[in-house]
Amino acid sequence: MTSAAPREIFGSTLVELGHKYPDIVVVGGDLNKSTFANLFGYEFPDRFFDLGPAEQNMMSIAAGLASSGKTVFASTFAVFATGRPYDQIRVGISQPHLNVKIVATHAGIMTGEDGVSAQGIEDLSLMCALPGFTVIVPSDAPETVLAVKAAAETYGPFYIRLGRPSIPIIHDQNYQFQIGKAEVIKDGSDASIIACGIMVKAAMDAAETLSKDGIHCRVINMATLQPADVDAITSAAKDTKAIVTAEEHLRHGGLNSIVAQTVTETYPVPIESVSLTGYAESGKPAALIEKYGLTSKAIVESVTKVIKRKK
Amino acid sequence: MVNEKDSTATSSGSPFPNVSISVSDMTSRAIDIRMDILNMIAEGGSGHPGGSLSAVELLSALYFKTMRHDPNDPKWEYRDKFILSKAHACPVLYAHLAHCGYFPIEELLTFRKIDSRIQGHSHIKTPGVEMSGGSLGQGLSFGLGAALSARLDTNQTRVYVLLGDGECDEGQIWEAAMAATHYKADNLVAIVDRNRIQNDNWTKDVMNLEPLPDKWKAFGWNTVEIDGHNFSDILNALGTAEKVKGQPTAIIASTTKGKGVSFMENNPDFHGKAPNPEQLDQALTELENTR
Repeated sequence: MTSAAPREIFGSTLVELGHKYPDIVVVGGDLNKSTFANLFGYEFPDRFFDLGPAEQNMMSIAAGLASSGKTVFASTFAVFATGRPYDQIRVGISQPHLNVKIVATHAGIMTGEDGVSAQGIEDLSLMCALPGFTVIVPSDAPETVLAVKAAAETYGPFYIRLGRPSIPIIHDQNYQFQIGKAEVIKDGSDASIIACGIMVKAAMDAAETLSKDGIHCRVINMATLQPADVDAITSAAKDTKAIVTAEEHLRHGGLNSIVAQTVTETYPVPIESVSLTGYAESGKPAALIEKYGLTSKAIVESVTKVIKRKK
Repeated sequence: MVNEKDSTATSSGSPFPNVSISVSDMTSRAIDIRMDILNMIAEGGSGHPGGSLSAVELLSALYFKTMRHDPNDPKWEYRDKFILSKAHACPVLYAHLAHCGYFPIEELLTFRKIDSRIQGHSHIKTPGVEMSGGSLGQGLSFGLGAALSARLDTNQTRVYVLLGDGECDEGQIWEAAMAATHYKADNLVAIVDRNRIQNDNWTKDVMNLEPLPDKWKAFGWNTVEIDGHNFSDILNALGTAEKVKGQPTAIIASTTKGKGVSFMENNPDFHGKAPNPEQLDQALTELENTR
């Protein structure tokens, strides 16, 4: 299995889209070498605006460009793309429903050594709180390409969440990404594991481990958090009667909250969560996900636990 | 038809629409507009009269003279754009839009009421409103985005952003000021409604802004100081701004908060308070007596 960094493929996808759509412009905040938005800047210098580390200005400029008919990609690290300019996003982009695609990189604790200030683990909660925002968490590089293209070709505000590291490729060329549609990677009847981002691969590994013990899980890649695929969540609840959610994000306000909220309205079942419950610390990414329990082992334990809770 | 741009054909195929009026008509229209502002705020039961009344002449100069715009086609691609960054002063914007014909003047009395197109802070659901506002400090950046977009499209759109002076406390204003100079946005004009009063009190007491013109100059802006109630001053400054190349223009317009109503003028209490029925009567009588 090969790996690729979603942020790197994001940069080359932007260039491809830039050739296809002259209305695409890109704004960045002095992190364009890290987000790979600089690739667009090299190719289309007139359509690329580096605004320095001034994210509030960046988001409002994005709104002004979008209101003038541009398709705007705004890219920086997740912490600087959400919390810092939240008011500008809320009033300037979300409320008037403008065509701005915020693509955040370096989300989650896999950002690693830079420590808690750089680890965006509240971003999904913040962005899912905005009505009309489409929120997507790709699980690998191929899905990132499809999500970025779909965002460019669909009117409205988007938040696409990418991480820093190179991660395993789990999708082949035949994969069809659809906004708002979850992907059932593997079927099973004992429990469902609903995951997003890097935790999709961990969920697949967990399901494989569990199958050796005769426990068969449905594995769902919930790439779009908002609008959520209510049918996929409800079917998982009805068919397997137990759910584990897995996300590289705080338990509050992200995937777990969305799944829990959905099943309480449609088909209540026990749910366990593999997620963060507080801030992490500096460290190597692999050590951090081990210490903070974002592993396939943690998912296996949660599945075992949730099955015991089944009625 | 004073402005040379007035001959530009609009999307509707007609000559530039007949929103241009003479300066003497603007002076008389300003009284109507001030009365409309007070009536809509009184009817709505809340709103911001002080900073609406201070900006009447600034908006009249833009909407009745300087800007190319088409009330019959609010989204006309080549229009000039007015961005109300101090969105709490939206009554002055709504009154001008109504007088230009973007929507009926009677609709002004729906201000702040349920099911209305004219919201408590300006929002793009209103015909002619370019930006959703209500959180200070964002309009100059938004205007810069619109100005950069126009330049990419090589159209002649000019963008005018009205800032409150108290609003210049917001750090984002200075982020935008730096970026506009960096990107040489000479199709962007910032107008500061320098009425010297903000929500809590006089600006000198809340957060001293001076030397304000020097700050804009230091950020690389062509900076002009004018009397913001004098049409000749305003039109000259706007005309000069069009000729400046390679840098944006800041117009520091000295104004009087609550202009035209004796008990509102220079009174911090009327930044964000509606007149009661007796106060409204007195204000309308005072304005009528200036004709």
